[in-house]
Amino acid sequence: MEAKNKDLWVFIETDGDGRARSVGLELLGPGRELADQQGGKLVGIVIGSGVDEAIKSAAAYGADKIVVIDGAEYAHYTTDAYVDAFNTLVEKDTPTTIFIGATNTGRDMAPRLACRLKTGLTADCTGLAIDEESGNMAWTRPAFGGNLMATILCPDQRPQIGTVRPGVFKKGEPDAVRQAEIVQEDIRVPAGRIRTKLIEVISELGGALVDLEGAEIIVSGGRGVGGPEGFEPLRALAAALGATVGASRAAVDSDWIPHAHQVGQTGKTVGPKLYIACGISGAIQHLAGMSGSDCIVAINKDPDAPIFKVADYGVIGDLKEIVPILTEEIKKLKA
Amino acid sequence: MNMLVCIKQVPDTTEIKINPETNTLIREGVPSIVNTFDAFALEMAARIKDANSGSKIVVVSMGPEQAKNALKECLAVGGDKAYLISDRAFGGSDTLATSYILSKAVAKLEELEGKFDIIFCGKQAIDGDTAQVGPELAEHLDYPQITYAVDAFAEGDSVRVKRECAEGYEVLAAKMPCVVTVTKPNYDPRYPTIKTKMAANRAQIPVLTSQDFEIDLQHAGLKGSPTKVKKTFTPNLQKDSVMIEEETCEAAGQKLAKLLGDAGII
Repeated sequence: MEAKNKDLWVFIETDGDGRARSVGLELLGPGRELADQQGGKLVGIVIGSGVDEAIKSAAAYGADKIVVIDGAEYAHYTTDAYVDAFNTLVEKDTPTTIFIGATNTGRDMAPRLACRLKTGLTADCTGLAIDEESGNMAWTRPAFGGNLMATILCPDQRPQIGTVRPGVFKKGEPDAVRQAEIVQEDIRVPAGRIRTKLIEVISELGGALVDLEGAEIIVSGGRGVGGPEGFEPLRALAAALGATVGASRAAVDSDWIPHAHQVGQTGKTVGPKLYIACGISGAIQHLAGMSGSDCIVAINKDPDAPIFKVADYGVIGDLKEIVPILTEEIKKLKA
Repeated sequence: MNMLVCIKQVPDTTEIKINPETNTLIREGVPSIVNTFDAFALEMAARIKDANSGSKIVVVSMGPEQAKNALKECLAVGGDKAYLISDRAFGGSDTLATSYILSKAVAKLEELEGKFDIIFCGKQAIDGDTAQVGPELAEHLDYPQITYAVDAFAEGDSVRVKRECAEGYEVLAAKMPCVVTVTKPNYDPRYPTIKTKMAANRAQIPVLTSQDFEIDLQHAGLKGSPTKVKKTFTPNLQKDSVMIEEETCEAAGQKLAKLLGDAGII
């Protein structure tokens, strides 16, 4: 397929209440810069039901144009409805580039869409640039559990599509009075096309959402916390900071905390402003999931733990003593 | 239930080291394993087989001759029949080309083994980490897909799947045939017994090449791959760390809080 314009599209994923999830707004930042370099518009694609809030956010964070597909069939994400709708949009007005957040939803939808369009897709990117030689997007991503980085091009097919890891790019400053061109597209997907049926949604921990990807601060525990009760002081620290609790694979595999809290290659990839790793040794699979954090604090007894290599602040000592003291000090600072 | 499980033989990425002088991966001596998530997918299929008598699990992999070892491991823990898809013309395939080849191989496997009700894949391979082949295979076949499954049950002509989503979990149902990609369930793959291991070692694993099934090689291998690797490099994660080592934990905790406060981080 050939591009019909030089535009760059960003998928603005919405939540159940029609608000934009963080990752789409984050991607409008690099999207703005790269759309300018491509010489096209920055377009936000909003699919959902009752999505006025998401449209406002996309405008405030820098989209020139927002294409909206609004319908009851999009209220809850389904592969078939979203891929059909997105594919219809692309066939109509094929852009040069599409960014999609690498959330569970984005990584469910993007490959199906790319395959239908017979184009290339690069997964879970952490670096976005224009390749100087060819003018293609240069997608940079980790592979081999974070041991290796690869830069991928899609030279001949359009659109070139990438999913981008949440938290790698930080949201810009919103401008509430900024105006964007809004285009409503009337694309309906018949119920018979949607081949998966939602039976129920099970919120983790009695409805308390574990939003690691959107968290600004994460307090994370590993084998060193010692047991399920060892997470209690971490929860107290998280409460004092307004943070979300994360965990390493070792803690999850020991059944100390549910998998929804897991950070790393087999869990969530995160990029908060502050990541406090308590009793986490720092296996490469864990680092792959959190090394994009702005500031990393590591608390560990073992001075040789690999986590200290990626830490901005490293504390050598017993987390069971240090974490409660840190919690008290932070309460004092915030008081 | 007639089930197909797609597996990949991968290097154990937890064992990979970087050569500090050349900054390249040291692959020698790194063991090859069945991709972790594919092993979970096989276990999920095996549990459906246990619950539905008369079920069958066919395991398939695309890769070099050596991948037969991985297939044999699968035959020892639930797989009934295994096939290897192998051809030089398939080398260098990206996810679009790989999923195309697999979709064509599925048609051939269905001639040999009957129509599959569920096709299981691991959510992603731990070497490439793309999580794209499963959904792209579903698209080539025009089947419904359910990704990030943590549990699956067969119910009449449907499969019911619990999957990870932003809210936690959701339960979806889809009519079979269907593609399911699997993340970590709350159970581990079963262990082989001496008996199943010996039987697996004796098993013949047929190899399917591009001559054995209908395929347009324009869409396979490097030629059929829209994405190209421009370069690879090793990441430098090392930071200039401020290390805090005090006489007492109290002093260390206070110092850390002060440093974070002074830096405006909290």
